[in-house]
Amino acid sequence: MSSLMLAIAAFTVLAMLAAALIATFSKSLSASILAAGLVSLLASVLFLVLAAPDVAMTEAAIGSGLTTFLFFFVLARVRGGDND
Amino acid sequence: MIAKIAMASGFALILIGLYGALTHRNMLRMIVSFTIASTGVNVALVAVGWMLGRTAPILDAAVPVTEALQRVIDPVPQALVLTAIVIGLGVTALMLAYAYRLHATKGGLDITDHTELKW
Repeated sequence: MSSLMLAIAAFTVLAMLAAALIATFSKSLSASILAAGLVSLLASVLFLVLAAPDVAMTEAAIGSGLTTFLFFFVLARVRGGDND
Repeated sequence: MIAKIAMASGFALILIGLYGALTHRNMLRMIVSFTIASTGVNVALVAVGWMLGRTAPILDAAVPVTEALQRVIDPVPQALVLTAIVIGLGVTALMLAYAYRLHATKGGLDITDHTELKW
């Protein structure tokens, strides 16, 4: 059980760091925003492994869902004047 | 071990977000980096409160009240992070509103176009 949790945590952390690097260095702004949402989603999995289910629920709903929606909301209004 | 991995990843996320916020010129990219750094702070804070071999702080049939002190993780860091997530959404929305207003006044997302507060 503990080694399974350790494997889940290690895999989640690796995927989270890869998504953070994609969010930082990606050329497309949409891909960057989606990768940031993926970082939040994987962080919620990590919170579940760290025995914090309430924090995991909030992070998945607010940090991943609502923040991504806000970014795309602003991005749709800003498009046109700027190339990226 | 899990707490160490989570703590290391949290600080790595903070550093990645700080690097992105300092190097990018597009305002939306800077705000994305701030979001990543905020997530890293939350992961590091929850990792501080984690204890080996204990369960989530929910009192029910599996964890009776009399044994809760020995079997349950400290809920205070989790409550702090719960608040910090919601505040992070508010801060992100405020930064996005500023970016939108600056875009409306100057017509661009490049932060180097806005020099009013520089000297």
